[in-house]
Amino acid sequence: MIVSKKDIPNLLDKMIAEYDVLAPVKKDNFTVFKPIASGADAVLGEGNTKLPAKELFFPQSEKLFSYSVTEEGAKLDAPMDDKKKVLFGVRPCDARSLKLLDNVFDNDKFQDPYYLTRRANTVMVGIGCNMPSSTCFCTSVNSGPFDTSGLDILLVDTGDAYVVELVTDKGKALADQAGLAAASDADKTAAAAAKEAAVVTCQVNTDGLKAKLDVNFYDPIWEKIHEKCLGCGACTYLCPTCHCFDIVDDAVDCAGCRVRNWDSCAFPLFTLHGSGHNPRTSNKERYRNRIMHKFKYFVDNFNEIGCVGCGRCIKNCPVNMDIRVVLENIRGSEARLDS
Amino acid sequence: MQAIAAQVKEAAKKLLEDKKVDLVVGFAEGSLPLRGTPLFARTPEEADQLTWNRGCENNLANFLRKREGKVAVVAKGCDVRSIVALTKENQIDRDNLYIIGVPCDGMIDRKKIGKLLGGKEVLAVEDQGDTIVLKGNGFSETAKVADLLHNSCIDCRYGNPVVYDALIGELMPEKAEEDFAEIKEFEAKTTAERRAFLAEEFSKCIRCYACRNACPMCYCTECFVDCSQPEWIGKSAADVQDNILFQAVRVFHGAGRCADCGACERACPMGINLRLLTRKLVKDVKVLFNAEAGVSMDDKAALATFTADDPEPFLVKE
Repeated sequence: MIVSKKDIPNLLDKMIAEYDVLAPVKKDNFTVFKPIASGADAVLGEGNTKLPAKELFFPQSEKLFSYSVTEEGAKLDAPMDDKKKVLFGVRPCDARSLKLLDNVFDNDKFQDPYYLTRRANTVMVGIGCNMPSSTCFCTSVNSGPFDTSGLDILLVDTGDAYVVELVTDKGKALADQAGLAAASDADKTAAAAAKEAAVVTCQVNTDGLKAKLDVNFYDPIWEKIHEKCLGCGACTYLCPTCHCFDIVDDAVDCAGCRVRNWDSCAFPLFTLHGSGHNPRTSNKERYRNRIMHKFKYFVDNFNEIGCVGCGRCIKNCPVNMDIRVVLENIRGSEARLDS
Repeated sequence: MQAIAAQVKEAAKKLLEDKKVDLVVGFAEGSLPLRGTPLFARTPEEADQLTWNRGCENNLANFLRKREGKVAVVAKGCDVRSIVALTKENQIDRDNLYIIGVPCDGMIDRKKIGKLLGGKEVLAVEDQGDTIVLKGNGFSETAKVADLLHNSCIDCRYGNPVVYDALIGELMPEKAEEDFAEIKEFEAKTTAERRAFLAEEFSKCIRCYACRNACPMCYCTECFVDCSQPEWIGKSAADVQDNILFQAVRVFHGAGRCADCGACERACPMGINLRLLTRKLVKDVKVLFNAEAGVSMDDKAALATFTADDPEPFLVKE
């Protein structure tokens, strides 16, 4: 199937009648995912959005339930966002990040209803990356600019149109509703050519990285690596796979709500015990945790690297702490055995 | 710039070779175009990576508090102002700090480049002095450096370090008094307009605290936002009022101490106009007390001293 770029606003308007449509919209000099009221608001074809798609499924602050105790008794209200949604224009790396997060929010031990309800009700329509940025390293972490693993539909930009590739039945159902024209052989050739032309130049060598992290917890290299890190949460909050959270009660007297907030391993409050003890006392332990979590613990737990190579942390770090350089330094260092 | 970079390297290597210092804090070439990155050199070999360019935008005073041993720092005008302010607050021992001062006429704001190029990615740059060539996939554009500088650098009148042990490069000519035009414009708004502006601006805040952590003057052992007992401020970023409260406290805490280096605004990944608030306080301190933070080793910080004839326009009078 194929859809002309000039028909996209119309197509989105039709979807808006039935779904909450989330798409990149312009905010200052970047884009963010927002629910759109009109198809014309969607800004497609720019690079990655400033904030990753995770916030649409796992919001930065989420009210899990609210409660009140009155003379009539206790009342509990647990809202559930079960609206039918289309996430339109997501990049393959962001879509893949949700496949990784599925491991965390849906496993043998835990099923998170808030996240899973949104996941089940959202159709993921992605746009492949014809021009990967210099900071993109998706091909080094088992993905690529046209990776369909997290998508229901993949759109391939062929200039004036998008060639539509159906990935799942969910995607097929949405495309059938839209009644799109069939793609000609020439269109398909153009799509194949676009894929061929998209080259991810940046490569990060992860060979032996996991083996090194398995034994280098006490390697003095961590002393050096974290030194310029400011300990802010920019990298973790802009990361599509960082998912640590903290749960707090916002309450006054007998009424309040329980809220789940993003947490960040960069912060001093992270893993601070009620006793006052913190196993991660300094920036060194906290930054080590960030690397370990993505490239060791996530691999141990789910057999996947917890990074999709979107490059947001590289572009946004206030001190140019580049994860590619950090990984290279770790690989190059002399491994120390745990003691 | 290249000549300065070579001299910085030379000076740092010599200090380390002669064992005059144990550590040199400076900038290395970053991993992205126009991006310097903080470097901690402990050997002459490590000092070989030192450089100087239009992307050395971080305030390195932030890395100098409570250091053990002898430390040297490669410092621009604004870094030195913060060093002076921190020395007065006993966070830096001036006797153990060697300042390699570098006069600075401004660092380049990559956000302005993004705007100029409509988001096209810069892959390489060529510094030609007053102009800079920005190159990317299928384009090459020449721009005036003056048009790309951070606003804090355009407003800065202290590009020349006010204190130093060695000076590299040539002193910059004096600049005219700043006029605080954008602050006056902000002040002229009605309360409702200001409130609306702040609500819009701080709806962008994701509470990553990059502004706080990039600021050399933010060094409380426990920041009030990190305190959970009592919880002074809501921990979620969903409440814009809490975001504004965080900034209000941060900015007031910096009053009379803030060197207006713009590190907070540079660090903000969401592009929030943070300097509007910090600079409003810079202006107030200047107007009320005729004081500027970190411009002299001798005077006391404006809000750390008291005289009987201090102005009190903020007090409600009978």
